[in-house]
Amino acid sequence: MFPTSVEETQKALEAHHYIADKGLSVAVFLALKLGRPLLLEGEPGVGKTEIVKVLSEVLSTRLIRLQCYEGLDISSAVYEWDYARQMMQIRLLEASGERDQEKVRHEVFSQEFLLKRPLLQALESVGGKAPVLLIDELDRADEEFEAFLLEFLSDWQITVPEVGTLKAQKPPVVVITSNRTREIHDALKRRCMYYWIDYPSFEKEYRIVREKVPGVPEKLAQQAVAFVQALRQQDLYKAPGVAETLDWASSLLALGQTELSLEVVQETLGVLLKYQDDVVKAKNQARDLLARAQMPRV
Amino acid sequence: MTVSTAQLLSHVVAFARSLRHEGIVVTPGQTATFARALGEISIFDPEAFFYAAQSTLLTRQEDRAKFAEAFRKFWRHLGLERFPAELLNPTPLPPKKDPKARPGEVGREPRSSEQSSNQPQPVVDRALTFSETEVLKQKRFDQMSEAELEAARRLLYSLVWNPPQRRTRRLKAGGKELLDLRRSFRRSLKHQGELVVLEQRSRKHKPRPIVVLADVSGSMERYARMLLHFLHAFSLVQARQGVRQIESFTFGTRLTRITRLLKHRSVDTALAQVGQQVKDWSGGTRIGACLHSFNQGWAKRVLGRGAIVLVISDGWDQGEPELLAFEMERLQKSCHRLIWLNPLLGTPGYQPLTRGLVAAMPFIDDFLPVHNLHSLEQLVKALEGLDRHQD
Repeated sequence: MFPTSVEETQKALEAHHYIADKGLSVAVFLALKLGRPLLLEGEPGVGKTEIVKVLSEVLSTRLIRLQCYEGLDISSAVYEWDYARQMMQIRLLEASGERDQEKVRHEVFSQEFLLKRPLLQALESVGGKAPVLLIDELDRADEEFEAFLLEFLSDWQITVPEVGTLKAQKPPVVVITSNRTREIHDALKRRCMYYWIDYPSFEKEYRIVREKVPGVPEKLAQQAVAFVQALRQQDLYKAPGVAETLDWASSLLALGQTELSLEVVQETLGVLLKYQDDVVKAKNQARDLLARAQMPRV
Repeated sequence: MTVSTAQLLSHVVAFARSLRHEGIVVTPGQTATFARALGEISIFDPEAFFYAAQSTLLTRQEDRAKFAEAFRKFWRHLGLERFPAELLNPTPLPPKKDPKARPGEVGREPRSSEQSSNQPQPVVDRALTFSETEVLKQKRFDQMSEAELEAARRLLYSLVWNPPQRRTRRLKAGGKELLDLRRSFRRSLKHQGELVVLEQRSRKHKPRPIVVLADVSGSMERYARMLLHFLHAFSLVQARQGVRQIESFTFGTRLTRITRLLKHRSVDTALAQVGQQVKDWSGGTRIGACLHSFNQGWAKRVLGRGAIVLVISDGWDQGEPELLAFEMERLQKSCHRLIWLNPLLGTPGYQPLTRGLVAAMPFIDDFLPVHNLHSLEQLVKALEGLDRHQD
């Protein structure tokens, strides 16, 4: 389905177990409606990548993912020729007595030998539906790739010198994520719909946990979420994201807990925190945090 | 000396090649234009010759010094070395488009502030001689008079250096590191698909990002202004050298990011803005707490890609040494190299024994003085040599 309003977008995402804020729903809706890329930033583990998966389900189309890294080049991001098969083809043509250089060249550089990488794949619609293209962690890529991307996002076409220009039948739905280890260039930002995903509120996170970890007792879910929310207020090097909350809730469930206890909290802090200094700090404050988590909520 | 046209032409081509060797991009078209230009001027007029070369072959202002050096080296062999010295040493700095925008240069034209006051400034109005410059370079910042400080600031802007490089993961054609299948295959088509020549690729090098954390607390007061000038000059020079990423912060009792403020070309505007933004000027020092907020809020954003961190401080710290040691360790772990610049290190008999420095010392890669111009030059040299130590 293709949502026709912000409310519909929000509902559609929810139907696929993604609880989105109003702001995010607006950004997603506008990105779809205006055919602009969506740039999502936020701390790790707040559901940037997740929403793209959900979006492809909502639109019932393919998801194509491009993971960025430094030095990402055309041959990994766009296309590559299948050299081994091209060599074989030359030998075969030779054996069949083909001597015309021009013809050999033409034969060898046909689409048949073109290996399509994510960006080129994203130009192809299947069953009249353009895919969702996730360009993940763009901040890890270098400026060279960003510049290339800028061109791709404005023209929706790619030129393969040997073949010609390949244009999208329908522009794909593009979502770019960034963890902000580097600022994305302004020119690219200006082209996108931008949204910063924050840590969720207690209510939202509680709903997410209930939605994503079925079977977790109500009380445990409440306490766990309250604990994580209190933990995020602490001066930590890396605060836990929603992904960590979900992992923790699942761990507590697997341990057969129905309520938080100091002992279990201290044993399982490693699920929430990934830096030893943070774990030590949280252990010292666990009693206090737990007391706050166990306070009945109004 | 006499030179035949053919001889001269071959020299012109060789000169273009020597420029390329120095990393200055010269197209054959430019070389041809240069050759044609030589037909229009008197080649026995050294000045005209130099400017003809410069105007036809140089397109990037940051290559000026390199170009002049290459020019001198190359044409010396031809007996054309009797060029006025200043032509070949375009330092301090090339002629500017906007004299107001770049104070701190040798002032042939009065600075904007002086224009209004109309006060003649004897030191500002002439360039320093070599020996004066040498004396100035050795003089400590805190012992300089106002006029000397002004002269020193101008010298700062003439710093020429090559930023330290980092090997990136991006590949470029050429070199001998990895096989370039794409180009090899295309070439093979000329030989019926026989791989006669294997083309190669190699990793590209890029300047490392530089992050500066400058102490502006009370004990650093005598140096702070000078160091800010240095930061400003450094940022400008860096931008010219292609380092886009230089981040500057000040700290005393709190951390302030001043990167954007220093981007102003006019040093006076830049410093005035810094003065407004930095609230803890000449106050106390809590280095540990400031480094903590840097590690928390900025480290992930500015320390990627093998950054070099410069901490400028005398190490007088009122905070807890344990916190400082802890944050220094984290800082050192997240950057390529941690350099501590201490103005007091230039004082004879000085021992770095303050509690703060003792705590920080184990995590410092280089401990360098920063009390006079000479030490700043040394710093620049040390930075240039960095990539050779580690990688």
